[in-house]
Amino acid sequence: MLTIPELEKIASQVRRDIVRMVNGASSGHPGGALGSTDFLVALYFKIMKPDPSRFSMNGEGEDLFFLSNGHLSALWYSVLARYGYFGVGELSTFRKMGTRLQGHPATAEGLPGIRTSSGSLGQGLSVATGAALAKKLNNDEHLVYCFLGDGELQEGQNWEAMMFAAGRKVDNLVAVVDCNGIQIDGPTDRVMPMGNLEDKFSAFGWKVLTMYGNDMAEVVETLKKAQWYTGQGQPVVIIMTTHMGFGVDFMLDNHEWHGVFPNDEQTKNALAQLDETLGDY
Amino acid sequence: MTEYTNQGSKDTRSGFGEALLELGRQNPNVVALCADLTGSLKMDAFAAAFPERFFQVGIAEANMMGVASGMTIGGKIPFTGTFANFSTGRVYDQIRQSIAYSEKNVKICASHAGLTLGEDGATHQIMEDIGLMKMLPNMTVINPCDFNQTRAATLAIAGHMGPVYLRFGRPKWPNFTPADQPFVIGKALLFNEGSDVSIFATGHMVWNALQACKLLEEQGISAEVINIHTIKPLDDAAILSSVRKTGCVVSAEEHLRNGGLGDSIAQLLGRMHPAPMEMVAVDDRFGQSGKPEELLKKYGLDVPDIVEAAIKAIARK
Repeated sequence: MLTIPELEKIASQVRRDIVRMVNGASSGHPGGALGSTDFLVALYFKIMKPDPSRFSMNGEGEDLFFLSNGHLSALWYSVLARYGYFGVGELSTFRKMGTRLQGHPATAEGLPGIRTSSGSLGQGLSVATGAALAKKLNNDEHLVYCFLGDGELQEGQNWEAMMFAAGRKVDNLVAVVDCNGIQIDGPTDRVMPMGNLEDKFSAFGWKVLTMYGNDMAEVVETLKKAQWYTGQGQPVVIIMTTHMGFGVDFMLDNHEWHGVFPNDEQTKNALAQLDETLGDY
Repeated sequence: MTEYTNQGSKDTRSGFGEALLELGRQNPNVVALCADLTGSLKMDAFAAAFPERFFQVGIAEANMMGVASGMTIGGKIPFTGTFANFSTGRVYDQIRQSIAYSEKNVKICASHAGLTLGEDGATHQIMEDIGLMKMLPNMTVINPCDFNQTRAATLAIAGHMGPVYLRFGRPKWPNFTPADQPFVIGKALLFNEGSDVSIFATGHMVWNALQACKLLEEQGISAEVINIHTIKPLDDAAILSSVRKTGCVVSAEEHLRNGGLGDSIAQLLGRMHPAPMEMVAVDDRFGQSGKPEELLKKYGLDVPDIVEAAIKAIARK
């Protein structure tokens, strides 16, 4: 059983990976990835604990994860590699010609751990809901997790999926919304004010939890609470507040780091703020 | 020529509904999703027989495509049902990313395709759907010609691993192919052997092509009629060997000329065996309200249009 400090150590290494991958590829999306690192590390290493050696597309007998906000690919690839789905050395191929680590996640390249392509926003919650329904049909009691961005909720398909998942009582589904309040063009409140997301999910029939996503202990505790609320006739959502760019001071809460890569000087500066706990790839 | 008789007109969508029910009995992994058109798609028998495997998603086609994609991950074989317009144009990016690029085993079943939808008019008469779907890598595109063939095609696609677009229609239409005719995806069917012109037809236009063939025979013209039920992958070998024999081509389909069957055949011939070609298809425009037969006449998809196209193609040899 990993302790909170041990999980924090993994998170620090994953943040280093993200910065180095995005710098190495001269492209990518560091801001949201750094902000959501604590959550995804906790989910894989503490909550889902899938067996990477028996990865199959159909995912029977294990919890499933879907990344709807596919631009957080650097984070997901790092977590998958650090968890054991593939060698960490492959992280250096991120976004490069011939890589399995496409700019946005893809099944076509056969990367273990990935079950659908994402990047065009707003589609993941529907796919996760379908996977959860299949689990019910198969009498498989494992859960399905779906990660979404707050800006992504501006896509209408999410609201179709929210209505459907609640209406059909898909209660083996846990959605987590990363609320860093920032999207490409600026603060979400300015680009397209979305009002109170807790109230909106609640009105659609979801069980709503909230958490601060950059505190490992709180993340683990809330994810456990979410597990407890499954199987009770409602899908569960965690509205997670995070800081874009968390861990790197000059990226913190700055929308300009949504989809910009750090140059070598900035990378050096960022890495000086993040402990190398597991060895760089 | 080979005689084809109408065994009694039936709508192709009923062939789909009947086969779906049969698939439900045969394979416990077959599931069906519908966006508030269960009766129109003839999915009610499946819904009644297998309520635990039928998913009413409401008027939310984008979500339907995503949910179907996700269900394949648990080993299910989802058949989605709605009109052709809402099965393709409305949900193109959902199909592109979550189904085609993700290589998911979803069967997109689309009724009310083309002009013969009739009175509802252009908002519903999609004539771009074949083009939209055939452009997607990994996608198989099938447009059967009558009730029996739609039934057979529906059964066949359940056994094919990968995304499929199955297109059928609304009106009662002559049912003339044998009920036991084997359906092989990607394999064209020779309906009449001829030597002067090759007529490649798909969907409802196959019956019209056979009627045209009869009229051409009366004028001493021997037309070969080949049913291309699978537009992608195209049966290149069957098309090339027919055109090498006849030396000219007519394509016939209830679709825009842009992106349709004729477009695929022209690409093939352009690369492999250029030959005079006429396309019986809808020119660059939208449809309108009317009765199916009135619309087919107005938009140039009637039997005499195919006869005229054949004569023109032969004259260009």
